[in-house]
Amino acid sequence: MPVLNMAAFERAAALASRGARLELLPVHAIVLAMCFMVSIGIAEAQVQSGHPSVLATLWKWTPLIVKGFGFNIAISFLAMAIGTFFGAFLGLAQISMMRPVRRGAWFATHFFRNAPWLVLLFYCMFLLPFKFTLFGTTVPFPDWMKATLGLSLPVMANVSEIVRGAIQSIPTGQWESAYSLAFTRRQTLWKIILPQGIKRMLPPWMNVYCILAVGTVLASVVGVQEVMTLTGDALSSENRPELLMPFYGFVLLLFFAYCYPIARWTVAMERRYAVDI
Amino acid sequence: MTTPYISVSEIHKSFANTEVLKGISFDIAKGEAVCIIGPSGSGKSTLLRCLNGLAAVDRGTIRIGSHSVHEIRTDQQRIALRKDVSMVFQQFNLFPHKTALENIMMAPVHVLKQDKGEVEARAHALLKKVRLDGKARHYPGELSGGQQQRVAIARSLAMRPSVMLFDEVTSALDPETVKEVLITIRDLVHDGLTCVLVTHEMGFAREVAEHVYFTDDGVIVEHGKPAQLFAHPEHARTKAFLDQIL
Repeated sequence: MPVLNMAAFERAAALASRGARLELLPVHAIVLAMCFMVSIGIAEAQVQSGHPSVLATLWKWTPLIVKGFGFNIAISFLAMAIGTFFGAFLGLAQISMMRPVRRGAWFATHFFRNAPWLVLLFYCMFLLPFKFTLFGTTVPFPDWMKATLGLSLPVMANVSEIVRGAIQSIPTGQWESAYSLAFTRRQTLWKIILPQGIKRMLPPWMNVYCILAVGTVLASVVGVQEVMTLTGDALSSENRPELLMPFYGFVLLLFFAYCYPIARWTVAMERRYAVDI
Repeated sequence: MTTPYISVSEIHKSFANTEVLKGISFDIAKGEAVCIIGPSGSGKSTLLRCLNGLAAVDRGTIRIGSHSVHEIRTDQQRIALRKDVSMVFQQFNLFPHKTALENIMMAPVHVLKQDKGEVEARAHALLKKVRLDGKARHYPGELSGGQQQRVAIARSLAMRPSVMLFDEVTSALDPETVKEVLITIRDLVHDGLTCVLVTHEMGFAREVAEHVYFTDDGVIVEHGKPAQLFAHPEHARTKAFLDQIL
């Protein structure tokens, strides 16, 4: 019995460590494509006479759905850029020599890292104004921008941890030898530690991006006109229940086609930058 | 003895509740080479780290040239000290993302703000001095341990320090590469550079050191000329240590 438990424990641990990153394999693409085909096949069988075929209907709506998907990607880019910018600062603040700065950055990082994305999104939607006045001119602040900010908060927190972790993973001997050559702390960080750390940051940073990219559909909950919202609109205007599976299957395929190459690239990069000390 | 260049007096240093240095004093003249020997954990490395400000002493005084090391509070003072007092480590600690040449050039270019062309010429000369001309464009990962350690020595020399500290620089090396590093250090001693070496190479200590200090449990148990200390140790602890290692 204890042996069995041990095996189960190891399996769970392996699963947990694998689950820590978004790992997609070619087999996933095949399964997904097959599900998509089957769903189209089943749906075609249910088409009532007088209605155009499922494929024809999907083709008709494809430009709108793809446009929505493009909006998701745009949101993901922007949220990633904002999150990376502030996350880098927060990560550096986490290793500050000043205790209050370090503590504050630590708190912000862990607060946003452990908050559900949807809750952060709702906070941004309802707390931020829909416009604000800057030097006498009124700048509109549309929903999609608020959603982008909301999504950039968890990205920021994750990037902060990536930056801190990469810096602290560089052996202390590097700091000491730089200090012994009369480098200041700042010079050591910028000229010696960060150039080595960047390589270690890239793979986890790209993982965060993949998770963010699939997470952008959360914006549909708060009414942003992205791929899920537009697909829902298309479905309700068609009012044909057999279209549900193929349409959402199509959205799944879009995300897979986008994220899968990035995930493979990340794995390749992890191998290339495998830490050798 | 003329005025000492390095003067250490009654220094104490504790980590948490463990006192590592329990009142150490010695003087070193300019151009002198001394070796510090003793069992592991006797505070030898900590002593060296106190000399270049990597660790701060709790009590006592350290003077090196014009620097009052024990009174250092600001970064500027620390930087000024380390421009004069350079250190070579057991684990080499070369910068892995830079070539051998770049490793040597970095500190003079970025810290001393010297002209890049002039520094590069000097770096090539230093590589030649440590017998590594031809390895300039190699990365640390492509060099053997002994070669890396010689690059590390050249990197320190590029700062033109007045004192070099060597912290068990051959302990992490394969036996066959120890010799090339020791020859390099011997050359420096012969050039008249002030050197403080923590080492387990007794033969080397006997050959190059003008004075040998035996430390144990945070104090200097015994010191003297190498010929005298190695041949006729006075204290039982020194005797036991030498019997074990020789």
